[in-house]
Amino acid sequence: MSGDRTQAPFGRRSAAITAHEDHGAYVVLRCSDPAGPRPQAGQFYMLSSATRWGGGENERPFLPRAFSVLRAEHRELHFLIEDVGPGTKRLCELRPGDDLLLVGPLGTGFVSPREGRAPLLVGGGVGIAPLAIWQDELGGQAPALLGFRDAAHAAGAVLLAAPRVATDDGSVGHHGLVTELMTERLDADDHVEVYACGPPAMLEAVRELCARRDVPAQLALESGMACGFGACFGCVVPTRHGLIRLCLEGPVLDAAVLETAVVAGAGH
Amino acid sequence: MTTLDFCGIALEHPIINGSGTFDAIAAHRAFGDELLERFPFAAFVSKTVTLEPRQGNPPPRLWEVPAGMINSIGLPNKGLEGYLAEDLPRLAQLPAPLIVNVMGFTREQVAELVTAFSAREEVAALELNVSCPNVETGLVMGADPDEVAALLERVRPLTDKPLIVKLTPNASDVAAVASAAQQAGASALSLINTLRGMALDPRSGSPWLGGTTGGVSGPAVRAIALAQVQAVSQATNIPLIGMGGVQSGRDALDLIRAGADLVAVGTESFRDPVAGSRIAAELAALLQTTEPVKTW
Repeated sequence: MSGDRTQAPFGRRSAAITAHEDHGAYVVLRCSDPAGPRPQAGQFYMLSSATRWGGGENERPFLPRAFSVLRAEHRELHFLIEDVGPGTKRLCELRPGDDLLLVGPLGTGFVSPREGRAPLLVGGGVGIAPLAIWQDELGGQAPALLGFRDAAHAAGAVLLAAPRVATDDGSVGHHGLVTELMTERLDADDHVEVYACGPPAMLEAVRELCARRDVPAQLALESGMACGFGACFGCVVPTRHGLIRLCLEGPVLDAAVLETAVVAGAGH
Repeated sequence: MTTLDFCGIALEHPIINGSGTFDAIAAHRAFGDELLERFPFAAFVSKTVTLEPRQGNPPPRLWEVPAGMINSIGLPNKGLEGYLAEDLPRLAQLPAPLIVNVMGFTREQVAELVTAFSAREEVAALELNVSCPNVETGLVMGADPDEVAALLERVRPLTDKPLIVKLTPNASDVAAVASAAQQAGASALSLINTLRGMALDPRSGSPWLGGTTGGVSGPAVRAIALAQVQAVSQATNIPLIGMGGVQSGRDALDLIRAGADLVAVGTESFRDPVAGSRIAAELAALLQTTEPVKTW
């Protein structure tokens, strides 16, 4: 988005883990980051563990992993992690006393809603993370619609205030897709600006719904990245203006620049 | 501060970056002026410039492999005109000499690029990326001694600036290519570029990368780099820039002992943007220490 980014200290720094919380299928890691600036909602960090980053399944992980910040308070950063591979598995093992290595905050954040529009947060799965800090910054009142696979994942819903929840299997909340809740909401009042983060198919459904109704949307995308600061050129996503590096021009993009939110290789 | 001389360029230490592994303009956006105050490289090698703009390969462009990564980026760049107008003025502000990496699909294209940069005083040296096919002969310029010699014979007379040839490891006899490059007037050689590799989508079993194959880098290739640097060092007597999976001062020292004069850091900068400074400091300390090293 167009707001000025908060720049990262130059280099990778060590951050002591202060808490490991289990929320069903997710882990929230908190770390102390006294040297870092306060991130903007939607910005991300490259994370790795200070020890045993490597030597896991297939001798991985090797590259750091990108995570939107879930929350930032009292000089602590919170991250939401789901074990979906060798990097996230290692991060989920970390406990207080262990050290995280991080670079960030990186990328661009969400910007305030346009004149006359109220924020509406729409999240899916681990993608609810940047919506939590954004809801905090908006004053805690912004309505949140969250979609999850099942009850184990829906346990993450407690990280936002007063969410409406949908699950694929109907075990919690609405039985169906979060975009169905979103359609209901837009039918009632579409003077909103949508802030969304989630799996590619969900983001594409949000983008398409918003485009059809002329509702502005800011989408936080995901793409595999090696560095997070524009060096590797690996994280490009197609836009109406050509390929852009998501780590520099995103991860938050105005939905209007996208023809699709489905990016080859994104998701997990 | 003591300096070292590389082809007439004074450098503060022997650690530079590999082309295409650090975008100083992007890093300045991410990190601000701290990048300039603590610039990690003794010289900055910019990403490959081609005559015409290139968008690069479609995503996905990356995959993680054991102890490394594979990339299929496809040399996106603004083209010569865009680089001269937008990038060169900014890169000239860096607190380190600038080495511009260029690539052409014909000898004439390389000649045009060399001529254009030869006229720019902001440019300390040129590095020739010869890892692509010559579309007129079908041969990879850097994989064949005669090809590389013919290229150097065409472009060497066009500039007084140092010409560094970036060798590809995907050649049957890298030392023969290196020797041909030296005889045809190369000022220095850099190696290794990435090794050709492939990754499969774990779900579909089809190629993961948008470009089908890609280049492998990181510690996975370090032992190969060491062997190639040694082979090239024995076959030539011009300065060498060694690179390939360097993560520590120890790794840099190994390449120097194998014959490198400078060492470039690439993939490790993705993991830690100040890796270059750390490695330079570790190398300086190692060169002064007499402590025994660990083996097994």
